[in-house]
Amino acid sequence: MKKLLSVSLLGLAVAASAAQAQEDQVRIGVDVPYEPMEYRTPDGELTGFDIDLGNALCERIGVECEWVVQGWDGIIPGLMARKYDAIMSSMTINDDRREQVLFSEPYITPPSAWFAPEGTDLDTTNEESLAGMTIGVQRGTLQDNYVTDMYGDVADINRYSTADDMVLDMESKRLDILFLDYPVGKSTLLDSEEGNYVVVGEMLTEPKEYFGDGFGIAFRQRDEALAEQFNEALAEVREDGTYDEIYSRYFGGQE
Amino acid sequence: MNAFMTWLENQLAENSIFTLQTLSYYGDGLTTTVQLVFLSLVIGLIAAVPLAIGRGSKHAWIKWPIFAYTYVFRGTPLLIQLYLIYYGVVFVDGIQETWLWVILEEPFVPALIAFTLNTAAYTTEIFRGAIKSTSKGEIEAARAYGMSPQQTMRRIIIPSAFRRALPAYGNEVIFMLHASAIASVVTIMDLTGAARFVYARFYAPFDAFLFVAAIYLCLTFTILYFFRYLEKKLLAHLQPQNS
Repeated sequence: MKKLLSVSLLGLAVAASAAQAQEDQVRIGVDVPYEPMEYRTPDGELTGFDIDLGNALCERIGVECEWVVQGWDGIIPGLMARKYDAIMSSMTINDDRREQVLFSEPYITPPSAWFAPEGTDLDTTNEESLAGMTIGVQRGTLQDNYVTDMYGDVADINRYSTADDMVLDMESKRLDILFLDYPVGKSTLLDSEEGNYVVVGEMLTEPKEYFGDGFGIAFRQRDEALAEQFNEALAEVREDGTYDEIYSRYFGGQE
Repeated sequence: MNAFMTWLENQLAENSIFTLQTLSYYGDGLTTTVQLVFLSLVIGLIAAVPLAIGRGSKHAWIKWPIFAYTYVFRGTPLLIQLYLIYYGVVFVDGIQETWLWVILEEPFVPALIAFTLNTAAYTTEIFRGAIKSTSKGEIEAARAYGMSPQQTMRRIIIPSAFRRALPAYGNEVIFMLHASAIASVVTIMDLTGAARFVYARFYAPFDAFLFVAAIYLCLTFTILYFFRYLEKKLLAHLQPQNS
């Protein structure tokens, strides 16, 4: 009897410490690779602006970040299914998503941009000039929604699961023009070895119904306390210069 | 037709997901899936008959290349074959300067090639099995009538092998329909592509995928019914006789 009691007590202690460990850890869903936001170093380690900022925030809060890699088109359902507790994966805050998830304050507001091979005469402010063109977007992104609504009737839209596939098809000239987050396009197209790409027309942050309010960290609606902790930590790292240091590491000096 | 569209529009006004726009995505997706699967099956079937006969050839230089082909295409996932043919072909030096690029540039043809090669490999093996299991008596009878090996093949072995292969081939057709769901990884807007689009746009996995599952189910049952009918007609002489 005594033995049984001590065994079950031991079991309880183990369970308790396991529960404790759970609270010290925040699992964050991320979709890679989107250089420079989140990608892998050649030896396989996760890195990027989101990753470094996320780790800095976790450190500030005093929890351990565990990054869970998840494909983009299932990233919100994954949060709902409790596969992780937050999403920090270049997700733009918009009203559609607000109905699903709770967002932190925006932590960065990058524009979207059109990318095309050098010497293109496409004019993206003119719907006519994109008629019959093949436009590449990533499936399920705000860029996809924007292009589908604006040019769905006049242009061919190719939707890709990953940005890599899209860039590969751009290089093989299967696509005439791409529409994606500027930082992603900058690192994959402008800074690539080929290097023969340019940004076409204005970068876009309007209208808000598509481009929203910058990138936010997403939480489940009921996890208000957790979101609040992250917001406080975000304010602190902006205050003490950690944010600027991480920013310049990935985007150079100027914002 | 216009009255019907207005009626449909009113019916759809109630929900936010199945609008005319998303339904037209599903409609286009259905067309693409049916085209892709139908074409690959027809071409695959035409290619499989000579391959199946060659597979049973006495000559090593006919037999082994066909064996290698079916072995590779049945031994690797269709998804990998599709990736190789769509994205891999880009890395072949100089291919973009040839006429081949014109047909490989669009995603439809690479997908069609991958699907055709895959189904032809399976169909070849199905037919080979059916040819091999032709009963000795039928062949001996044909020879006794003075038919040459070619005539025996054409008149006796192939027709009876076709009939025997029918149930297995019906399965292959259904497998091919289901396997075609991967076409959306190379940006083809097939049925699954349409469902993924709706899913990503409205974050509604159940609505998007249950709807598309129902469409696949209808297609599958249509194929099943068609093969049941064929079997009943072509295998009538093998049914037990009711007195």
